[in-house]
Amino acid sequence: MKGRTKKRVAELIAFNLFRIMSASIVLVLFSILAFIVVRGIGVISWDFISKMPEEGMTKGGIWPAIVGTMCLVAGSMLFAFPVGVLSGIYINEFVKDNWFKRFVKLMTNNLAGVPSIVFGLFGMSLFVNTLGFGDSIIAGSLTLGLLALPVIIRTTEESLKSIDKYHREGSYALGATKIQTIRRVVLPLAMPNIITGFILSIGRVSGETAPILFTVAAYFLPKLPSSMFDQVMALPYHLYVLSTSGTDMEASRNMAYGTALVLILIVLILNLLANFTRRFLNKKIKQ
Amino acid sequence: MIEAKNLNLYYGSFQALKDISMKVPEKSVTALIGPSGCGKSTFLRTFNRMNDLIAGVKIEGDIIVDDMNIYAKGVDVDSLRKRIGMVFQKPNPFAKSIYENVAYGMRVNGVNDEKLIKQTVEESLKQAALWDEVKDNLKKSAYALSGGQQQRLCIARALAVEPTILLMDEPASALDPISTSKIEELIHELKKNYTILIVTHNMQQAARVSDHTAFFYMGSLIEFNETKTIFTNPENQQTQNYVTGRFG
Amino acid sequence: MKKLLEKLTEGILMLSGTVTTVTVLLIVFFLFKEGAGLFGKSPTEDGFTVAVNHNNPIDKLSPEQIKNVFDQNIVNWKELGGNDDSIILFRMDDLLSYYSEDELGGIDTNMSLLAQKIDQVIENNKGVIAFISANEIPKEHHSKLVRIESIGLGSFFGGEVWFPTSTPVAQFGIYPLLMGTLWVSFIAILIALPFGLAAAIYMAEIADSKVRGILKPIIELLAGIPSVVYGFFGLIVLVPLVQQLFNLPVGETGLTGSIVLAIMALPTIITVAEDAITRTPRSVREASLALGASQWQTIYRIVIPAASSGITAAVILGIGRAIGETMAVLMVTGNAAVVPHSMLEPMRTIPATIAAELGEAAKGSLHYDALFALGCVLFIITMLVNITVEMISKKGTKNKLR
Repeated sequence: MKGRTKKRVAELIAFNLFRIMSASIVLVLFSILAFIVVRGIGVISWDFISKMPEEGMTKGGIWPAIVGTMCLVAGSMLFAFPVGVLSGIYINEFVKDNWFKRFVKLMTNNLAGVPSIVFGLFGMSLFVNTLGFGDSIIAGSLTLGLLALPVIIRTTEESLKSIDKYHREGSYALGATKIQTIRRVVLPLAMPNIITGFILSIGRVSGETAPILFTVAAYFLPKLPSSMFDQVMALPYHLYVLSTSGTDMEASRNMAYGTALVLILIVLILNLLANFTRRFLNKKIKQ
Repeated sequence: MIEAKNLNLYYGSFQALKDISMKVPEKSVTALIGPSGCGKSTFLRTFNRMNDLIAGVKIEGDIIVDDMNIYAKGVDVDSLRKRIGMVFQKPNPFAKSIYENVAYGMRVNGVNDEKLIKQTVEESLKQAALWDEVKDNLKKSAYALSGGQQQRLCIARALAVEPTILLMDEPASALDPISTSKIEELIHELKKNYTILIVTHNMQQAARVSDHTAFFYMGSLIEFNETKTIFTNPENQQTQNYVTGRFG
Repeated sequence: MKKLLEKLTEGILMLSGTVTTVTVLLIVFFLFKEGAGLFGKSPTEDGFTVAVNHNNPIDKLSPEQIKNVFDQNIVNWKELGGNDDSIILFRMDDLLSYYSEDELGGIDTNMSLLAQKIDQVIENNKGVIAFISANEIPKEHHSKLVRIESIGLGSFFGGEVWFPTSTPVAQFGIYPLLMGTLWVSFIAILIALPFGLAAAIYMAEIADSKVRGILKPIIELLAGIPSVVYGFFGLIVLVPLVQQLFNLPVGETGLTGSIVLAIMALPTIITVAEDAITRTPRSVREASLALGASQWQTIYRIVIPAASSGITAAVILGIGRAIGETMAVLMVTGNAAVVPHSMLEPMRTIPATIAAELGEAAKGSLHYDALFALGCVLFIITMLVNITVEMISKKGTKNKLR
């Protein structure tokens, strides 16, 4: 009986310790969120969203940074989404389980592990200098697109892998070719998860700073871009500038809170949207 | 004395066991047979409350082991499980040495006397007819053994905590014929000291090793009798169909 | 026609399939092409040289030695293996302390006169070391030009000074940056690991599905918050906190960076470790419970050892992420490029250095190449991390039972 209570006490202590430690992680997240929401909510207004920065970025709004980030997200996804999905399809459906597949997968993993600042260096060297795009939306978008590729490829692969064999066999049995089967049977089933991955990578791309530092981001540029070879401001870089190298840091603090809140809101909304899409589309397929 | 009284078990809204009552004879082998999904494995796992681990399981009725209802409030599940050994479908040794696999049960139950542990490990391995094959390699990883040896190791592991009852869930289904016959011989030896419940879908095996056989169908206990009777002269038509192979 | 179209589609698919491979190769090519530009070159400014008295036995100096000489950390030639003479520094501006304005009259228009005067100074002072422009040396000179060792891998990795804009000789020693990176990341993982493991075990083994359903999205959200936001939070909240807590002159320290990084590394550690824990076969768990082990005994004696390769992978992956993290670290660690002695000092990491300096480095300059060389180092480290993780998880699956 003594052994029994000792075992129970050890279990009780361990489990409660884990519970407390897990709770503390939740607490950290909420304190970060709460801090930024509380300080930032008063800053956000229609003017803040829709106006140019004024008086050395201590007043006015962040409209050009919002537009810039939207341009970068659109540009990078325009490149990375189709290429990533096609790549995922190729790897999962066409490559046999051999050294080539392992190699390609290793490379995808490697690319996923490359630090974002290295993408920045690479983008600067290739797109800005060698290809002569200069600091521009296209250089930044391509750099961010490459960064997002591994995520999109992996989600595509995973979603395709999770589809039962009998769906494919059913289609083959009706005389459909491989590509027809993929296009009409496999892809529609995999779409909810692929789209979820797509939405999450938008979140990732819109928050990245290091890759755009030297490929597109402008310190201060109070006008909207007119072509893809223009420089733009971007939300994450704007937050960096406001909090570390603004002209008057104390005065721009409020602008920084507002910008941080906008960034958090983007991530929050995209996360919710991703969960919602997954559930909604999966349900629709089942009906 | 082991007995199930009016046992009902539900997975959510699905009833997997329906009003089962049965007295398991001591120091003998009882086989549980029936088509897949009939509830025989689920029934086996009620004796050491393994079903507790599955979310959404609800159990009604009693199981009496040694005059105690194991589903009563305040029962210590760990010490119950110590008294009831279990051997699983596939050999599932831990990623430890052969020695530590057998010693594990004692260690988690608070035995610290290394001499006693060593002695018990040897005895258990002997009982499981594995000692001669492994006595020089006790420090080796259990994964180095063949499938049949691994399964006998798992039996030794169960014996080391000195249970009175052994539950075997298709213990030979993943083994080759030679290993299988070794396990069956072993079961024959073990019933001198233990009460054994064995789930099997192999009827020849049930006929070979068991003294009593229970036939399950769709969650109900259809017939329970001496093995000889079940296989040669069953009372129930369904049992007759099953044992003669005229069954879906 | 249909056949042709199918072949075409397959071709496009194949091209896309190789995109990551091509990208990795391109990254390697461009990074190493620019980074290699640093090596084998002299780190002095173009057109400048270092000259000494012709009796001075020294004819070769390393960049670091020259820096120490001009910073007056080394004041006698003896310390450099030369004669016992004190070192006299000489730069163009010092000419006036050797000659009066009158004596120098007219040199504005006469370069060769100037060069001769400088040559005389060097000739007259045996301890002198002069940092002068190459065209301030007359054709017939008495002084001896000192060869400056070019930048090699040894001085790159071993050099203790990173000072790319230093004159007369730029310093490209990445030792302090490497140490800063490793320390900040290592301590970050040390902080994150207990919490990450606890959460992974809690989610995989203890929590019921409802709690798990709440925790999972929270971890995802934690992973989704941009690193500048973490940096911003660290700057506003943690920096003053650390400063007060330890009573420091500044709050931007290695420790502050580690704390921020720890929070950022949590999602990686939790997800990968949880995955590994859930993958432990159910039957092994049940075997342990069937022997009378408690749930906790089963977790720490069976499940965790079985998942150990996955957990190791999680740790290494977490370190990899931490090493590569840029913005948050840049904002909170203080960025002092010195070899760190304590976590409560400002430190500077490799990614932060690239981010902070690339904007100021002229394209094609040594500084620019040096930052790319830093990128190469970072790339190699993360590549090693990935390959290690790959090998560990492969070994892990081999050890598992069918």
